Amino acid sequence: MREFRYERAADPASAVALLAAEPEGAFLGGGTNLVDLMKLGVATPDVLVDVRRLTSAEVAELPDGGLRIGAAVPNADLAADRRVRERFPVLSQALLAGASGQLRNRATTGGNLLQRTRCSYFTDVTRPCNKRSPGSGCGALQGVHRNHAVLGQTLEGPATCVATHPSDMAVALAALDAVIRVLGPDGEREVPMAELHRLPGDDATRDTTLRHGELVTAIDLPPLGMPSRYRKVRDRASFAFALVSIAAAVRVADGVVDDVRLAFGGVAHKPWRATTAEDALRGRPATEESFAAAADAELAAATPLRDNAFKVPLARNLVVRTLLQLTEGAR
Amino acid sequence: MTTVDRLVGAGVERIDGPAKVRGTAPYAYEQDPGEPICSVAVVQSTVNRGRITRLDPTAAEAMPGVLAVLTPANAPRLGEGLASDLPVLQSLDVHYQGQIVAAVVAESSEIAKAAVGAVAVEYAAHEPDVVLSTDRPDLYAPPQLMAGYETDSVIGDVEGALAAAAVTVDATYETPTQHNNPIEMHTSMARWDGDRLTLWDANQGPHNIVNDLMTAFGLERGQVRVISPYVGGAFGSKAFTHPNQILAAMAAKVVGRTVVFELTRQQMFCLVGHRTPTIQRVRLGADAEGRLTAISHEVVEHTSRISEFAEQTATPTRVLYAAPHRRTTHRLARLDVPPPTIMRAPGETPGMFALESAMDELAHSLGIDPVELRVRNEPERDPERDVPWSSRNLVACLRTGAERFGWAGRDLRPGVREDGRWLVGTGVAAATYPARRRKAECRITGHGDGRWTVEIDGSDIGTGAWTALTQISADALGVGLGAVELRIGDSDLPFAGGAGGSTGLASWGSAIVLTAREVRRQLDERYGGQLPADGIVVKGEVPGPSPHAEQYSMHAFGAHFVEVRVDRDTGEVRLPRASSVYAAGTIVNARTARSQFLGGFSMGVSMALHEGTIADERLGHYVNHDLAEYHVATNADIGDIDIHWLDEDDPYVNELGIKGIGEIGITGAAAAVANAYWHATGLRVRDLPITPDKYFRALGQG
Amino acid sequence: MDTQITLRVDGADHPLTVDTRTTLLDALRERLRITSPKKGCDHGQCGACTVLLDGRRVNSCLVLAVTVDDAEVITSDGLAAGGEHPLHRAFLDNDAFQCGYCTPGQVCSAAGVLAEARAGWPSTVTDDLTADEVDLTDDEIRDRMSGNLCRCAAYAHIVLAVAAVAEAEGVRR
Repeated sequence: MREFRYERAADPASAVALLAAEPEGAFLGGGTNLVDLMKLGVATPDVLVDVRRLTSAEVAELPDGGLRIGAAVPNADLAADRRVRERFPVLSQALLAGASGQLRNRATTGGNLLQRTRCSYFTDVTRPCNKRSPGSGCGALQGVHRNHAVLGQTLEGPATCVATHPSDMAVALAALDAVIRVLGPDGEREVPMAELHRLPGDDATRDTTLRHGELVTAIDLPPLGMPSRYRKVRDRASFAFALVSIAAAVRVADGVVDDVRLAFGGVAHKPWRATTAEDALRGRPATEESFAAAADAELAAATPLRDNAFKVPLARNLVVRTLLQLTEGAR
Repeated sequence: MTTVDRLVGAGVERIDGPAKVRGTAPYAYEQDPGEPICSVAVVQSTVNRGRITRLDPTAAEAMPGVLAVLTPANAPRLGEGLASDLPVLQSLDVHYQGQIVAAVVAESSEIAKAAVGAVAVEYAAHEPDVVLSTDRPDLYAPPQLMAGYETDSVIGDVEGALAAAAVTVDATYETPTQHNNPIEMHTSMARWDGDRLTLWDANQGPHNIVNDLMTAFGLERGQVRVISPYVGGAFGSKAFTHPNQILAAMAAKVVGRTVVFELTRQQMFCLVGHRTPTIQRVRLGADAEGRLTAISHEVVEHTSRISEFAEQTATPTRVLYAAPHRRTTHRLARLDVPPPTIMRAPGETPGMFALESAMDELAHSLGIDPVELRVRNEPERDPERDVPWSSRNLVACLRTGAERFGWAGRDLRPGVREDGRWLVGTGVAAATYPARRRKAECRITGHGDGRWTVEIDGSDIGTGAWTALTQISADALGVGLGAVELRIGDSDLPFAGGAGGSTGLASWGSAIVLTAREVRRQLDERYGGQLPADGIVVKGEVPGPSPHAEQYSMHAFGAHFVEVRVDRDTGEVRLPRASSVYAAGTIVNARTARSQFLGGFSMGVSMALHEGTIADERLGHYVNHDLAEYHVATNADIGDIDIHWLDEDDPYVNELGIKGIGEIGITGAAAAVANAYWHATGLRVRDLPITPDKYFRALGQG
Repeated sequence: MDTQITLRVDGADHPLTVDTRTTLLDALRERLRITSPKKGCDHGQCGACTVLLDGRRVNSCLVLAVTVDDAEVITSDGLAAGGEHPLHRAFLDNDAFQCGYCTPGQVCSAAGVLAEARAGWPSTVTDDLTADEVDLTDDEIRDRMSGNLCRCAAYAHIVLAVAAVAEAEGVRR
């Protein structure tokens, strides 16, 4: 691990100012991902600005019935928050499906959003990886990629990347149309969840649209008003990253889909909001056939690799199964 | 004199238990060497085969806190005769990816690890050759297999019998590379006092390690002491010396300080061995009633360029079922991989997956209950050695297990049971493991006040040996547990082979019993049966294998019954319940034995559903080299497990009738799971592990 | 970069000098030689290093020591101030370990599980997310304890041990 200076700040603004002056510095939240990456030599900050207790660790009511989640709220507390459990069960379930009890106690909401891919070519500095070392190649493309992306990858050129985003929580937030509140050197701004994470495109090094020195201070959840659910499929029963996961919410009126939200985890470089499937479902009968057709429409864009084509039927089945469960009794 | 049954068999609580639950039992790193400890970290090759062309340690050497950077250019020369990858830093040649090419010794672990990144290394390398296949032209027959087994066995006319059989199975099964991954990483702490070396070390048998250290550093016995009273799991990887012990001693010598080399989890995937992958073709021929006429089991597996490790994969097939025509073969490929080693039940574990899966396929072809098929093929005598069994209760295990599990009335058809979205199935497989005894020595000291000290270099790698050996000692001496002080895990103690091959209690326990007999004899002859006031010291030993080992075939047996549920939408697999029944001779400690059976079986479930190390065929490295990516079963993966054993009195295996139980639990377990998976889904997955992707592959959807 | 901190561990204050890179786990094991928490992976993947940090179970291998110089650290050895904690007894009664290396982490994790259950926290196998009280069924224990790998696979016995204490504490019906 590279040597670094450890700094605490009095408030978020001074933390932002501190980091703005340190091009190779980083914010430290719970550390569950950053410290890991520093040990691996993947992250090499020369300054750590500790923000774990700078931002709010509270979940607060918003006037519209939504919730504002402080960036420092530990994942465990957020999952257990009664309002989240009652109004946004998809978020509670996503959090509980992630990592382990110990990690959820330490990891923060803001940090969870910004965690980096667990692609083993990325986390091993002796391997080619365009995300870690642009232009070095993508080891996973022709290598071991059973658990890599099937949607939205960059499959050629110097930004080739087939990594997935590892967060469960972020998948739920994508489905919930969350808004990320960010404090930067130029002041505050709001980033819709759909615009926070990015596909590798022509620059695989950037996971998000945040700029250096920008600090996530809170996450706003607009009211949902629909039953919701998170379902994660993984290689073992617990404590593993998703093969494919789904965050879903749906409202049915008179047997017809009135509103629906769908997002996938484990299939792309970012939480994959399935807008094509949503569009295909709105106004359609809430039937297994509609659900399957919508899933197929979304997944038609999939470009699976040699060894991960199973994710396509798995994602399809998850859509159908989860929507059937959510609409049981309303169909 | 026979042993007293007072304590042997009782479920005595672990005597090392209180310290272990609090965390105060000192494992290797936790011993006190009496001075501050320096840290070793290593630079590893990033190529599989080649030669170092440049190695520049100057930047690392210049870092504050770095005491030394050892390279092939400056490392002390080691003695001749070290095998495999033990000649650490003795050459510029690279034989596998991950090989140690330089080592940093520093004041702290942070400094050592940071300095590793500052060592520049370049190589001239060959393309890696890491893919095992059955059509490689370089497959060869090793002279013999591990543990001295013959490479091949041929009886009768297998091809003719298969051609004439009413029903046949011809299937190929694959098991992946697996890693032992004890939770305590291999750790060696070394201190030199003049020309005497002390190594606090995580291993399965200090005497095993001492010999290589003597060779490496030109020492006499008595100049090396290896201390290992508590070991945080091993499963085979800590059986033999690996580069870590040699390097720790070398580094301590160079810097003149106590050093510790604690491997990282990632390094555990290349520096301390693994289980070879296997490709196994099994052919079975049977008559219409299910009596086997032919068994053929052909194994292809790998070894490294610098070692020959020939896993005895088909050897259980030589003992499990009767058939007049039979053949087993083993062929190896030398690949650019780290040296393989033993991993829990080497041979039996992968071999039984293939054989017991094939038996399930045969039962289906015949329309016979798979328990009944096995019963019909029960051999009267060892089918290849043609000697009687010292004891064999496989049929009783199958019958008892079937009853405990509720097997009766099972529908033979696959893929027809549903519970909501779960597909439900059940499966069975047999278990077997050889019962062996090895040479071991023991010293018993009777103190004038009625206390006894029993000394033997046995190991407790989690088996319960601390407790079981104390029980055996107390019984053998005719005293209570509290009167016995046991000392194990130290090479200064009387010789014993390591904990491995399920030989520990059989060998060490026998040595204790025989030595205690000599104690009694001396007390009776010289002291009128009373312990003299100034005490008594008696040495004894068990010379090696049982004197009956030639005339009898000696094995433990068992049977696993499992229920498996497969999510029809996702291919997720769950194991809600299982029954495992064993006939393994004398059970010394009912409490710790249950844990060993449970742990072995559960590791077999882990093998079936989760475990597999994946090599990148182009880059040549093991990709999933940590515990986030190399999946082992978590708590949530193991359901209700019913463990049971039968009373079995075997007068031939050893003084105590012990067959050894460290390994039998894992044998056959993966087959039972795979068979239940097939029964649930109608899909036969013949390559482990059975992960969700394989469900879709089997359905033709990916 | 060396920094002076004070770690409060099992009720005792320990002033010490650490590198900013030093993790809480390494500060305990390598600097203070408090070796009840174990190192099994150093990356938060095995749970052997679990301690209670201000009463919550965490992986001490991923916590930088400089960040917790005002916190209270409890290891398995300090759970009952020198005495035998009910979890210690339950692990012994149920032989919920073999090699013992993951065990102090399992014990601390179990202590965390019990506290989380008392607080009414759900898990991923909880059917009714809105329930006020947690019933630590076997499946609940299995899921909640899955951040602690046990290669000896004493899992089924760990469930028994945690269940025994949960029952005594009224968080299991």
